[in-house]
Amino acid sequence: MRFGTTEEQRDFAAALHDLLQRVDVPTVARAWASDDTGPGEKLWGSLAELGLPALLVDEEHGGIGAGAVDLVVAFGVLGRHAVPGPWVESAAFAPVLLRGVDGAGDLLSSLSEGRLRVAAAVEELAPRAGDVRGADLALLVRGTEVHRATVGAHYTSVDATRTPADLVPAAALGDAGPEVARAVDHAALATAAQVLGAGQRMLADAVGYVCVRTQFGRPVGEFQAVKHLLADVKVALEFAAPLVHGAALALDAGAADATRAVSAAKVAATDAAWLSARTALQVHGAVGYTLEHDLSLWFTKVRALSSAWGTQDFHRRRVLDALLSAASAR
Amino acid sequence: MTLELSAEEEAFRDEARTWLRANSPGRLPSMDSAEGAVAHRAWEASLAAAGWSVVSWPVEYGGRGASLTEWVLFEEEYYLAGCPTRIAQNGISLLAPIILEHGTPEQRQAYLSSMADGSVVWAQAWSEPEAGSDLAGIRARAERDEDRGGWVLNGQKTWSSRAAFADRGFGLFRSDPDAQRHAGLTYFLFPLDADGIVVRPIEQLDGDAGFAEIFFSDVFVPDSDVLGGVGDGWRVAMSTAGNERGLSLRSPGRFCAAADRLVDLWRERGEAVASVRDAVVDAWIRAEAYRLYTWQTVTHVQAGGSVGAEGSLNKIFWSELDVDLHETALELLGADQELRGPGAPAEGSWVDDHLFALAGPIYAGTNQIQRNIVAERVLGLPRGDSGRAR
Repeated sequence: MRFGTTEEQRDFAAALHDLLQRVDVPTVARAWASDDTGPGEKLWGSLAELGLPALLVDEEHGGIGAGAVDLVVAFGVLGRHAVPGPWVESAAFAPVLLRGVDGAGDLLSSLSEGRLRVAAAVEELAPRAGDVRGADLALLVRGTEVHRATVGAHYTSVDATRTPADLVPAAALGDAGPEVARAVDHAALATAAQVLGAGQRMLADAVGYVCVRTQFGRPVGEFQAVKHLLADVKVALEFAAPLVHGAALALDAGAADATRAVSAAKVAATDAAWLSARTALQVHGAVGYTLEHDLSLWFTKVRALSSAWGTQDFHRRRVLDALLSAASAR
Repeated sequence: MTLELSAEEEAFRDEARTWLRANSPGRLPSMDSAEGAVAHRAWEASLAAAGWSVVSWPVEYGGRGASLTEWVLFEEEYYLAGCPTRIAQNGISLLAPIILEHGTPEQRQAYLSSMADGSVVWAQAWSEPEAGSDLAGIRARAERDEDRGGWVLNGQKTWSSRAAFADRGFGLFRSDPDAQRHAGLTYFLFPLDADGIVVRPIEQLDGDAGFAEIFFSDVFVPDSDVLGGVGDGWRVAMSTAGNERGLSLRSPGRFCAAADRLVDLWRERGEAVASVRDAVVDAWIRAEAYRLYTWQTVTHVQAGGSVGAEGSLNKIFWSELDVDLHETALELLGADQELRGPGAPAEGSWVDDHLFALAGPIYAGTNQIQRNIVAERVLGLPRGDSGRAR
């Protein structure tokens, strides 16, 4: 029995981490948020060289043909570093969706080369696309029909790096059949991994801060009231992580309970990450409640992503429906 | 869930499943009652006779030499088959690992097999009136008796689980009166019917005598019942504390089985109590998370890793899951939630299990102590004056 990542997957995560450590990602994210997308596009290219957008594209179209486990490993690192841009749509959703669409081979090739950023909306899940900034292709899914779309009205997200927008169908691309559901699962799971990474980062930063911030003549991290808040965050994050990994294994195996596993992972990862965000905000005190502090990048991202690719209510219902329809829950 | 099980592991699981489902007696009367203790001992004996009592132990003491993976598989199957709580639990999971690691060959011969078949039930004797969370404050003492080749125990232990219906006890005593706190403690094994021992059962919140006070006045224990080195008791005992908090005391099978029953209860009653829908889902998700976290830990340990302070994460998680899960069930029972025994839904088992669960955040180190440990030893926060987490 083995339940964990492989050395190769850990090396991939380390490579992504090293790359992102060398870049000042918060500055890139702030530029992206103010429509200066140049640094973000450059970072996109660097991540593409490491194969991130090619992970789920098959080798026939220039991809790597990796699976969901590799995907969540990568998105955990993206979350840790608050990387901006429509990564979930481009590297998790579109590659799976377009597999099911006849004649989408060129699009898949462009995706895997990192030359295509995708905005996407699935009508059953959300009334609009979550992030259209910097997107080259917009996809709207109705039922199992995939349409190229144009971007309509824009909105402002609590996460300034995201630009939600209405999509207007322009031309039918084809019917993706069962790949729609699989693409949604991959997108939801990548989002779960991303918020989990963000939650881990906020905990690490909060721990760092309470060790150096002194009040009453001592680091505030000495107070049990503060310790117990942070301990609870650690518990929540540690127990959400295996759900994300387990769901990835289930997706890769095509298991019958994969959708239930994805929804369970999304619920737990989102709750844990939000607990981390609230706690980080609290223990940072007033300075955490500023846009100037980088905590705001992770905090607002987790808030925004908590409803991306299915709200908590949507995913809890999916878990319960799956449990009630199964002859045996396990 | 997709676990990469080997053919041997699958065969082991299937064999366990078949035997347990064919032989499970279902729920027995409380093991902390006179009637229930007899029934639970009989169940332990039949488990042992079929070789399922202590699968992870060496074959020579009645085990199967099962791997950690196989042990977790067994535990999952055990609870999914609706098998009873284990009256031998404290002995098997707290004491036996220490006897196997620190015990003499004679101690292994004398104590392991009888522990495995339920003929000798062991009670733990850690806490004292003045030593609870701060266990290093132990005052019960052991004085040297050279003439008889042993030690004389005096003092009081309390909150001793299973002591009311057990045969033998294990615990720490201060053997060096000049030493402070963790130093100068020795680990002793003793019969509960020895001269000078008085056991006074204490009724727990659930009405059963689940624990007891033990009074020692000039109780002689021979050298052969010292476990580990004289004065080395703290180090020896802490290997059990790790077990208790970590993997062995609460296997995931128990929570998974309870979560599945909760989903069934929702099926029956959910329409009437819709407000707890999310709590039902979250209880199931948390049980699943605990199960997968356990597999992750097993993978880590099998690769040569160890479980240190991370065991505290585990203890906080399962004990709070257990309480929340059962409180959700009580919500679903509506006005029936206060009923116990005959006439109550499921014979009151949800209420009984809820009361049982309420002890979890307290014993084996309160969850507040566990949070200190997580903060200081896992997250690396400064110790300060928050008390010395052990």
